Amino acid sequence: MSGTPVLDLRGIDKSFGSVKVLHDVAFSAYPGEVTALVGDNGAGKTTLVKCIGGIHPPDRGEYRFEGARVRVGSPRDAAALGIEVVHQDLALCENLDIVQNLFLGRERRRGLVLDETAMEEMAHRALSGLAVRTMGSVRQPISTLSGGQRQTVAIARAVLWDSRVVVLDEPAAALGVAQTQQVLEIVRRLADNGLAVVLISHNMNDVFAVSDRIAALYLGRMVAQVRTADVTHRQVVELITSGVAGEPGPRR
Amino acid sequence: MSTDIPESKEAAMRMADSDFAADRREHDVRSALLDYRDRIRAGELGALPAILGLVSLVVLFTALKPGTFLSKGNIANLSTQALPITILAMGLVFVLLLGEIDLSAGVASGVCAAVMAKLIVDSGQPWYVAVISAVAIGIVIGTAVGWLVAVVRIPSFVVTLAFFLGLQGVTLRMIGDGGTVPVRDDVIVALANKNMPIWLGWTLAAACAAAYAATQLLRWRRQRVRHLHSRPVELVAAQSAVVAAALLAGTYLLSLDRAPSPLITLGGVPWGVPLVGALLVGCTFVLGRTSYGRHVYAVGGNAEAARRAGINVTRIRVSVFMIASAFAAVSGIVAASRLNSVTPDSGGGNTLLYAVGAAVIGGTSLFGGRGKARDAVLGGLVIAIIENGLGLLGTKAYLSFLITGVVLLLAASIDALARRRRSSAGR
Ligand SMILES: Nc1ncnc2c1ncn2[C@@H]1O[C@H](COP(=O)(O)OP(=O)(O)OP(=O)(O)O)[C@@H](O)[C@H]1O
Ligand SMILES: [Mg+2]
Repeated sequence: MSGTPVLDLRGIDKSFGSVKVLHDVAFSAYPGEVTALVGDNGAGKTTLVKCIGGIHPPDRGEYRFEGARVRVGSPRDAAALGIEVVHQDLALCENLDIVQNLFLGRERRRGLVLDETAMEEMAHRALSGLAVRTMGSVRQPISTLSGGQRQTVAIARAVLWDSRVVVLDEPAAALGVAQTQQVLEIVRRLADNGLAVVLISHNMNDVFAVSDRIAALYLGRMVAQVRTADVTHRQVVELITSGVAGEPGPRR
Repeated sequence: MSTDIPESKEAAMRMADSDFAADRREHDVRSALLDYRDRIRAGELGALPAILGLVSLVVLFTALKPGTFLSKGNIANLSTQALPITILAMGLVFVLLLGEIDLSAGVASGVCAAVMAKLIVDSGQPWYVAVISAVAIGIVIGTAVGWLVAVVRIPSFVVTLAFFLGLQGVTLRMIGDGGTVPVRDDVIVALANKNMPIWLGWTLAAACAAAYAATQLLRWRRQRVRHLHSRPVELVAAQSAVVAAALLAGTYLLSLDRAPSPLITLGGVPWGVPLVGALLVGCTFVLGRTSYGRHVYAVGGNAEAARRAGINVTRIRVSVFMIASAFAAVSGIVAASRLNSVTPDSGGGNTLLYAVGAAVIGGTSLFGGRGKARDAVLGGLVIAIIENGLGLLGTKAYLSFLITGVVLLLAASIDALARRRRSSAGR
């Protein structure tokens, strides 16, 4: 498909205290494509995502956005570039309602005053695109929602904006069969609309169903970034579990 | 926050046929009341405990002291007694919304009052210079506390305990052991001791009632026109009517002639009451209708989520302590007006516990994320009634302390139990 990546990270190092979690990681995401980020528990996927989203700025390395070097030191910087992250731990405020969470930090205002009606209407539109069952009202607090419904709200928050890159850290972890299917469809639709989508998942079927590329992390190192069409199920599993793949080797 | 939405399991089942059915469903009075009942059962108590407390205390003290407690003079007395507590509590609501505490707000009010009084008495400054300086000192204290809590990350409990001790020393140094600074400036004294002209009281009360009804109805109509979630219009009207009735009844009681001698007339709403009213409107607006207020609730609910949403959590943390201390300054000025003086004990003793108690009794949670500006007014009235009633009964000092402590514990227990109830009801 396309040539140049929107998001291009090179030589990323990240340590927590004396523990080095990411070693010289390179990672790219391309517009119009779904890049699956895979790896075992503790491989460093979430850490990489937090570097991308500005939650934990990397210690070292190059962060390029649309070819230009940028500094992403906070979530606000990432959002300004058009990078939206759905975090593994959902990061919603339980005491606020759905609308308030969707627009948190980016409230619609008329002058000084919050424009509640506009936000409520936009929330309705965003959520009806995601077809959530049994959610009573967009004005109910998050604390009354089920895990899957919360996940839907978190996803809706990422797709509500006119973004360029959407990163989803295990978005389907708490979802039922139908909802997972729905999320995969959304992921595909976002990419078809020209966004770069990064999807973290432990489910190989999902990965092969929607992704165009697969990036595999093994103990904090990027061991392969390949086209999904070029690898087999078994090879990806080997990459995840041992960091190397058997024949035919992954082509770059 | 979560005021008018049906959200219990029962309510959800009634409407589960389609997504967001509740937003499209026609609400009638019956369904809205059922939803309210469900919310109370699930631990979403709102103003209910405070209102029940108010009513039962009034009944109790009227029974124990018939004739005195509900006398015209005592009602006016009560209203001014509640002023400083309410103002202090309203500032504390911001701090409590973050799940933090400011133990130094009471003594900070004493320091600010001392600054004001000294400026007027010793330096002959006009009242407005003194007031602005006092509030500025309050903001400086709040900034220092906020910086230590938000940037250095010392628990607010410890920082404000240190300020609680230190600031008492500051007041003592300024006024001197056993000293008193008299407050005689006409404007300052008028706050708690002079009344508005009767006609102005009525006009203000009527204007406030009308403005409240108008904003409620306009909001209802806007939601209705855009087919958004709205409450039945009967309830909106009933709520406006209750607020109007309370405003007008209060004005009526305070406008009666309460002079002890028939030779003079004394009546009207004390000047401090519209001051609290203005602060209440301002805080309600800021907390409910601006991004800043939304961010305060967000940080109180989940600071990490707020940070990831791009909210400057440190700035919000510092700002709430600044607000609390600025309100403490105003509270100290009103207290000085009521007592006509500032002493080294001003703002000490149980001032702060009364204010925290007021906020919590009114419905602000000690766990953060829940609370409203009006909680300070409701809770401030409850505390003032207890203080006033015990005074009328001539209760011994040791008993007053015990009773106040028990009331504070009771309010905190209701808060904790309601929270448990909410989490078991999945809220
Ligand atoms: N804030 C932190 N402080 C210290 N160590 C951390 C921190 N966050 C992550 N780690 C460590 O970094 C490593 C990678 O964690 P990370 O959360 O990125 O894994 P992951 O690939 O997302 O795993 P999972 O599939 O379980 O979500 C782990 O060994 C973890 O212990
Ligand atoms: Mg993870």
